[in-house]
Amino acid sequence: MRAAAPGRTAPTPAVLAVSDLRTQFFTDAGVVRAVDGVSFTVGAGEALGIVGESGSGKSVTAQSLMRLLEEPARIVSGRIHFQGRDVLAMTPSELRKLRGAGMAMVFQDPMTSLNPVLRIARQLVETMMAHGSFGEGEATRRGVKLLGRMGITTPERAINSYPHQFSGGMRQRVALAMGMSNEPALLIADEPTTALDVTIQAQILELLSELNREFGTAIVLISHDLGVIAGLCSRVLVMYAGEVVEEGSAEAVLSDPKHPYSWALVNAVPRLDRDPTAGKRLTAIEGAPPDPLSEPPGCRFAPRCPFRIERCSDHPELLEIGPGHKSRCWVTQAGASLELPATAPLSTSPVAGEVGLATEGSEPGEGGIVALVRSSPPRPISPSGRAFGAPKERPTDLSHEGRGEEPPFPTPLLEVRGLVKHFALPKRGFFEPHRYVHAVDGVDLTVKRGETVGLVGESGCGKSTLARLILRIHRPDSGSILFEGNEIAQALPGTIRPLRRHLQMVFQDPYASLNSRMTVEQILDEPLRVHGLATTAAEIRERVAELLEIVRLDPKSGARFPHEFSGGQRQRISIARALAVKPSFIVADEPISALDVNIQAQILNLMLRLQEELGLTYLFIAHDLAVVRHISDRVVVLYLGKVAEVAPAKDLFAAPLHPYTRYLISAVPIPDASIERRRERLRLAGEPPSAVAPPSGCRFRTRCPLAQPICAETPPLLAEHRLGHFAACHFAGQF
Amino acid sequence: MTAFDQGSVTLATFAPVRSKGQRWRRRYGVAAIGATIILVWFVIALACPYLTRYGPDAVDVSLRLRPPSAAHWLGTDELGRDVFARLLYGSRISLFTGFVVVLLGAAFGTLVGGAAAFMRGRAEELIMRLTDLVLCFPPIILALAIAAALGIGTTNTIIAMLVVWWPKFARLAHSLVLVQRSQEYVEAAVVIGLKPARILARHIIPNAVGPLIVLVTLDLGNAIITFAGLSFLGLGVVPPTPEWGSMVAEGRELVEQWWVAAFPGFAILSVVLGFNFLGDGVRDWLDPKARQR
Ligand SMILES: Nc1ncnc2c1ncn2[C@@H]1O[C@H](COP(=O)(O)OP(=O)(O)O)[C@@H](O)[C@H]1O
Ligand code: SF4
Ligand code: SF4
Ligand SMILES: [Mg+2]
Repeated sequence: MRAAAPGRTAPTPAVLAVSDLRTQFFTDAGVVRAVDGVSFTVGAGEALGIVGESGSGKSVTAQSLMRLLEEPARIVSGRIHFQGRDVLAMTPSELRKLRGAGMAMVFQDPMTSLNPVLRIARQLVETMMAHGSFGEGEATRRGVKLLGRMGITTPERAINSYPHQFSGGMRQRVALAMGMSNEPALLIADEPTTALDVTIQAQILELLSELNREFGTAIVLISHDLGVIAGLCSRVLVMYAGEVVEEGSAEAVLSDPKHPYSWALVNAVPRLDRDPTAGKRLTAIEGAPPDPLSEPPGCRFAPRCPFRIERCSDHPELLEIGPGHKSRCWVTQAGASLELPATAPLSTSPVAGEVGLATEGSEPGEGGIVALVRSSPPRPISPSGRAFGAPKERPTDLSHEGRGEEPPFPTPLLEVRGLVKHFALPKRGFFEPHRYVHAVDGVDLTVKRGETVGLVGESGCGKSTLARLILRIHRPDSGSILFEGNEIAQALPGTIRPLRRHLQMVFQDPYASLNSRMTVEQILDEPLRVHGLATTAAEIRERVAELLEIVRLDPKSGARFPHEFSGGQRQRISIARALAVKPSFIVADEPISALDVNIQAQILNLMLRLQEELGLTYLFIAHDLAVVRHISDRVVVLYLGKVAEVAPAKDLFAAPLHPYTRYLISAVPIPDASIERRRERLRLAGEPPSAVAPPSGCRFRTRCPLAQPICAETPPLLAEHRLGHFAACHFAGQF
Repeated sequence: MTAFDQGSVTLATFAPVRSKGQRWRRRYGVAAIGATIILVWFVIALACPYLTRYGPDAVDVSLRLRPPSAAHWLGTDELGRDVFARLLYGSRISLFTGFVVVLLGAAFGTLVGGAAAFMRGRAEELIMRLTDLVLCFPPIILALAIAAALGIGTTNTIIAMLVVWWPKFARLAHSLVLVQRSQEYVEAAVVIGLKPARILARHIIPNAVGPLIVLVTLDLGNAIITFAGLSFLGLGVVPPTPEWGSMVAEGRELVEQWWVAAFPGFAILSVVLGFNFLGDGVRDWLDPKARQR
């Protein structure tokens, strides 16, 4: 579907040329050099990707291009030429014209570019009429056409709606329609799919790629996700601490990164096309980006760099190291390769073995990821990989059948049967009947002692609700929850309270999950006191220090407040709070999805280590399938409040039985440009139906290509099709 | 705001860079003025016997309706009482009633609204419908009706005002607690095993007070002007108690003797402005987004 690589032709005249751009924030604390000497060009019809962790200057670069910055930000020097004209010298009226008709921008949160109180029609038509090229009737007709082109099913109705009446994915389509309404020469997309589900993300990326091809619109795509960049962009810039540290073709940068930071980014993410059992730990570089107020004088990456040499105390320049490939690193400029970090001072050196395998799955001839995973032959785990990475008893035979194995985790710790939770919506009128969101609708789930169960599904499918029911933050309408033999589904709060010692939770949002008015010590001492685990001040202080030590934070940081920590550190505090009571079971609701990839790898490694050391059992909720496969023993796929499929992780990804699972797996982008380009994608159209009135019979039938009349009449039961592999589909495995 | 809305976009390239002091002044300068006004009135309320040699009720009919002079700085009223002295003493009752009404109203409203949001269910339904009921009357008219029914007097007027005052705090507290209780850190407190009372006291209330403090500050001026209004209409204080609203009422017909009504009018104005300025500053200070600017 994405056969021809967009914009991958001979060099074209540049639409945008940026040279030595410097944008700074003049804050109370000092000058922040957010963008510090960035240069690049974008050819006509080209798609350029910019990657880097949050705070590396990606968004400020994008905003500088359109001069959208507000005080205290200032562009202090540099040049921006758009179609040969100097953007920094433009008058306000020239800028207005540029922003509407020359360059357009879409954001991560489409609500920031849509006015919530105006109908879509007003906003879209005004944008078109503002530049005088269309009359009102013409503009409206074009608006409807554009919305249809962006994949909105009933554009005539959509154009008369308000932004809040759309889902996130639909809003992004509307924002794209607005951006494209004057056929700009350049579209800047700043993390356009970060807030979306994989299935919707795949749709939006497909759309961007079509716009790029059909209209010849040049695209600057900003993302922290290398997979997203891989499919769409021909060239990639990697940014770190306000500088470009590497630039090159997507293939080159993703498969053979020449800067240690890009190398770390590429290796920090678990990938669906690699065997996760080869080594459980990910390559996580320790530390955090430098304080923007006082960057190190030499190479800015030096404090975290495993390849550091003496010369790195001088600041390196961005230099050509191969055709069209530039790097800002003394080591690679000297011709060295980054393949073998064996001597590197990484906390996770055994990963080195895996880096060598990097191109294993990407041999020519292997088409899509689904085919690829299927055709992968059974492979014994290497002894070294197992010694380090697979501490738990794992079956040595990785074939799909795996019959005759002993179940590795005999005793169930948690057994959920027929769990139901419907939330009442506010009534629309006094005499209207109550309407209910069928958030969780008859879910069965077993978690055995010591295992990790992954829970995946699109947003709104009930993952978080299920977690909150198990922890009895919400009370289920019906069903049973057996935790260590205790029935807690309807138990009174007082009965559950002592059990909470064994059952803890880690939350998604590292900012919202800690009370900002309490110090770290106060946060950690609360659970200790409640359960009488420490009473005297000395005991508490000792235990708090110990907990901070366990999650690798400074044991002396107890007196500090949460806002003094970064997102990743806050998530560590959150984990320490859960560990305070020495639980046996931890439910983690998307614990890493708000974090940068490198921090994700750090937290995943931490959770894996804690599991080994403390014998924890996890229920791990995530929407990132690669992460789930990486960490889980078994995976549960949820769709609209019901379980669609349950299977051991390897079986689920190797041979999914439910059509929905196959679509989910296919939607995950793979951070390798050559694989991504060859890949045959299964596209799941549309969005999940409303959970207020779920479809009769099989809930997936409205989007299922296999749907037959029976699917609308009889809800399929969750049946065991292979050993330990359950699916709820009348035609399981026939897709 | 659309991204292409030029109005909101400064042309950052040419914008001047402000110093720290300039930014502080821009952010809190008005609030500092407000705070100074309030402080001055407080000092006056406490120290008024030392600031004037006249008593507020010292009648001297021979000196009635004298214009401002060296002896009577703000003139005298119909009974020959010194307007300046009455103005100073009047600050006591204004500040007192303002604080009593707002603090008691806020305390009761917050408690009721917060509890409603925390308990949910029928109790919440009942309490919130009750607040709706009170809020659908124009406040001053409802207070007027209740005060008239209870009879003239400071206490009765305060009671009447309290009846109309608590619902807005109940509304605000209700929505604040609703927002907080679904925050992840509150869920974390439940998961840890804290009891509801502790969750409310330790987690929800400290995070919900900010907007309540803002409303209290802004509302003090409001309460003072309402009380003055009721006194102006003949409710409120019993004569001869010095009170700004009733002083304005006494001077209402005296077009020639403007000083009788004008000065207490200015006094009301300054207090109300002072609290509004201060409230805006408190809001900026509590809002981290506005603070960064
Ligand atoms: N407290 C609540 N009140 C009403 N609806 C809710 C509530 N919590 C969740 N829902 C709804 O339940 C459905 C499942 O939500 P959730 O469990 O958060 O899904 P997920 O975690 O998979 O994204 C969604 O439609 C959501 O809007
Ligand atoms: S210059 Fe040195 S410190 Fe910087 S990235 Fe290269 S090897 Fe690492
Ligand atoms: S039961 Fe029918 S509609 Fe549902 S997934 Fe299976 S084939 Fe599709
Ligand atoms: Mg969720």
